[in-house]
Amino acid sequence: MRAQDKVLPRFKVRISQEECIGCGRCAKNCTFGALDFDKEKDKAVVLDNGSCVACQRCAVYCPTDAISIQEYPVVYPSHANWTPWHLRGIYEQAKTGSVLISGMGKDRPYPIVFDSLVWDACQVTNPAIDALREPIETRTFIGRKSDKLDIEQKGDCFTFRGDYSNVMISTPLIVGHMSLGSISYNAHSAILKAVKEVGTLFGTGEGGLHPDHIEYRKHTIGEIASGRFGVSPDYLKAAALEIKIGQGAKPGHGGQLPGEKVTELISETRGIPVGTDALSPNPQHDIYSIEDLKTLIAALHEATEYSIPIGVKVAAVNNIAAIASGIVRAGADFMSIDGFRGGTGATPRAIRDNAGMPIELAIASVDQHLRDEELRHKVTLIAGGSLRSSSDLVKIIALGADVGMIATAVLIAMGCRMCQQCPTGRCAWGIATGDPRLERRLDPAWAAKRVENLIKSWTADLDEVLGTMGIDAVESFVGNRDRLKYVGPNPEEAKILGVKHAGSRIELED
Amino acid sequence: MRKIIIDAFPDGKVMNYRELNERIREAARKGFEEIEVKNVRGQRFIGAGMKEKVKIRVYGDAGLNLGVFSEGPDYVVHGCSEYLLGNTLNGGEIAVYGDSWDITGMGARGGRIFVMGDGGSRVGIHMKSFKEKHPAIVYGGTVKQYCGEYMAGGTIVVLGLDYREAIMNGKRLISKGKIDPEKIREHKGNIVQSDLGAGIHGGRIYVRGNIRDELLGVYAVKGELCEEDEKELTPLLVRYSELFNTPIELIMEKEFTKIQPISSRPFEKVYDATPI
Repeated sequence: MRAQDKVLPRFKVRISQEECIGCGRCAKNCTFGALDFDKEKDKAVVLDNGSCVACQRCAVYCPTDAISIQEYPVVYPSHANWTPWHLRGIYEQAKTGSVLISGMGKDRPYPIVFDSLVWDACQVTNPAIDALREPIETRTFIGRKSDKLDIEQKGDCFTFRGDYSNVMISTPLIVGHMSLGSISYNAHSAILKAVKEVGTLFGTGEGGLHPDHIEYRKHTIGEIASGRFGVSPDYLKAAALEIKIGQGAKPGHGGQLPGEKVTELISETRGIPVGTDALSPNPQHDIYSIEDLKTLIAALHEATEYSIPIGVKVAAVNNIAAIASGIVRAGADFMSIDGFRGGTGATPRAIRDNAGMPIELAIASVDQHLRDEELRHKVTLIAGGSLRSSSDLVKIIALGADVGMIATAVLIAMGCRMCQQCPTGRCAWGIATGDPRLERRLDPAWAAKRVENLIKSWTADLDEVLGTMGIDAVESFVGNRDRLKYVGPNPEEAKILGVKHAGSRIELED
Repeated sequence: MRKIIIDAFPDGKVMNYRELNERIREAARKGFEEIEVKNVRGQRFIGAGMKEKVKIRVYGDAGLNLGVFSEGPDYVVHGCSEYLLGNTLNGGEIAVYGDSWDITGMGARGGRIFVMGDGGSRVGIHMKSFKEKHPAIVYGGTVKQYCGEYMAGGTIVVLGLDYREAIMNGKRLISKGKIDPEKIREHKGNIVQSDLGAGIHGGRIYVRGNIRDELLGVYAVKGELCEEDEKELTPLLVRYSELFNTPIELIMEKEFTKIQPISSRPFEKVYDATPI
C-alpha cells in the first residue's frame, strides 16, 4: 500500500500511562485490533488508531478510566459541498473499487417528522385518567378482523364467531425482525426470553429459529423471505408468519450474510453449508405481482391450516398507500411497514442513506388510504423504522399504526454503541456477531432483563400518556390524529400527516 | 395398504382447494397410506405443509404450489403441474408424468423432484443443502433460462429426452405403463437455455450432453466429472429410470456436463465494510 492510499483514522485513542495499571483488559476486549498489550512495559498500547470504531468497549472495561477516545484531531480543508464524509467515501472507493456497506439505519441528517409533532392532553372539558390507579387497556390483537360481529348465544353465554385467527399481545409493541446470524445466538435467546416474559412477539428475521429456541415458537413471527432460510414445517408453527418483501434500511435489496458469519450453528439453522455466503435474492422469485403475493399468502394459510395470521412486511417507499391497499386485498392479515430509518445488519450505504421515506408520513398516508377504501378495519398495521423512545411510539399510534415495532432500540438496551460495524461480525459487545468467543460477552439472562425493562417502561409511558388524554384503551387511540398537533416548518407535511398546526382553532360552521 | 380415493370434481364441480386439502389431511390422519385424488382440475397447494408420510397420487393437472412447504408425503402426478412445484420443499419425493413449468423446487431444503417432461425458467432457484438434507431435481426433458439461479446446494439434472412419441394411448393421465421405452427420442437443440446457474454458490448442475459456454450464467463454471459426481448422480438416474420406464443405458449413452460454482463466496469482493 502506498502512503497516498491511507485514509486518516476517524478516532484517536489515548491511554493515560499514569492511570494505566497494566491489567490488559482493554487490549483483551478490543476486537477491532486498535489496542495491544506491551508485555515488556506491562502497559496497554495503541496499535492502530485507524482500526478504532469508537465502540467504547475498552473505555467501559478500563477499571481506572485511563482511556479516552476522540475524533481524530485533524481538520479537513473546509468546503460546504465536499464534506469529509464525501472525501473519505471517494478515498475508500478509489482504493477498493467496492460497494461500501454498513450496518444500522440511516446516517444522514434528514428532518425527523416525529420531532415536529406534539400531543394533546385533557384540560377542564374532559377528565384525565390516573393511569396508576385506573386500568388502561394496552392489549392488542394482531390479525384480520371480521367485517361484522357474529355473536352466537347459547343460554346466558355469548360467544364471538370469528373467521380469522388473531394473536393477543400485552402491549402494542413488538420486537422487529432480526435474524440469527445478523445477531448472535445469545442476543436471540435474550430477546425471546424477554418477549415471552412480557407477552409480546419477536420477529425471527430470515434466519430460522434455532432448535434450542423451539419452546419460544409461539412468541415469534416467523419470517418467510426470498432466501427461504430455515423454513421448515416446525418453523411454520409460529404465532404468526410474515412474508418479507422489503426492509426500511434497504428497500428493493435482498440480503447477504457473509460466509465468515455462517458458522456451524448458523448453517444448521439456515440449512446451508458452513462458510458459504447466505444470499437472499432481491425479489422473492415467486412474487412478481400482487396476484403472486396472494398465492403465497394462501399457500401459508393452507400450510398452517388457517390457524395463525399471515402478514406482509414492506419498506416505506413511493406510493406505499396503493401498495398497502394491494397487500390487504391480497389477503394479508397484518402488514408491517418499515420506515427509512430502520436498521440493518449490512446494506450498501448508498441505499441505506437515501432510499425510502419516513415512517411517520408512510403510516399516515397508508392509514388514510385504507380508511378511504374501507379496508382499514381488516388489517393490523405494524410500524417500525426507528422508534427511538416511547414518545415516537405514542405518535406513530396516533398517526395510524396498531402496533409499534422496535429493533435498534432493543440492541441499544443490550449494550449496542451504534458503531455500525455489524457486517464485520466483530461486535465487541457480543450482539452482532457469530464468533462463539465474542457471543459469550453477552449474558442472555442479563440482556433479557434489560429488554424486558425497556418494553415494560415504554408500555408504562404509554399508559401515562393515554391517561393524560383521557383514553382508557390503546385501540381507541389508533389513528386518533386529532390528538396530535404540528409544530414543524412544512404545511405540506402536516397535510399528508392529517394533523393540524398547533394553535388551530375549531372552525365554527355557519 | 390402506387406500382412499378422493374425487376433486364431485357432481361436476371443481372442489375448492381448501376443502380438498382438508380431505387429504383428514385421510392422512386417519392412517390411510395411499391417497388417490382423481379428477384434479388445477387445484392449488395440494399437500401444503404436510408432515405425514403418505403417498398422494394426483390424477389430472395439479395447480400452483403442489407440495409447498411439505416434508412427509410422496407425490405422484399423473398429468402436468403448474408453477412452483415443490416450493420450499423439505422432504419426500415428487414424480410428475408430464411438464412442470417455472420455478420448480424454489428454495427447496430437502426431498427429490422428478419431472418427465419440460420445465420453464428458474428451475431449482436457491435450493440449499445441509448434511443429509440434500434436495434434487431431475428433468427428463428440457428447461429454460436461469436454471439453478442463486443455487446454494443440492443437485439439478437435465436429461433432454423427448417423450412425445413414447406416450401410448392418449396424452392424459400418463403412467409408467404408458411409456414405450423404444420410442423415447433425443431432444433436438439446446436442452438448457441462457444464464444456467447464474449466481450459483453451492450444489451441482448436471446436463446430459454438451452445452455451449455462452449458456453459463455469472459465477458458474464447467467442472471435470469425478467419482463423487457418479455417487451423486447414479441413484437419481436409477430412480428416474424406474419411475418413467426409461432404460438406464439410454440415459447413459451421452456424457454429462457438470456445472459448479466458481466459489462458495462469489460476491465476497463486491462489498467493503470499512467505515468512512
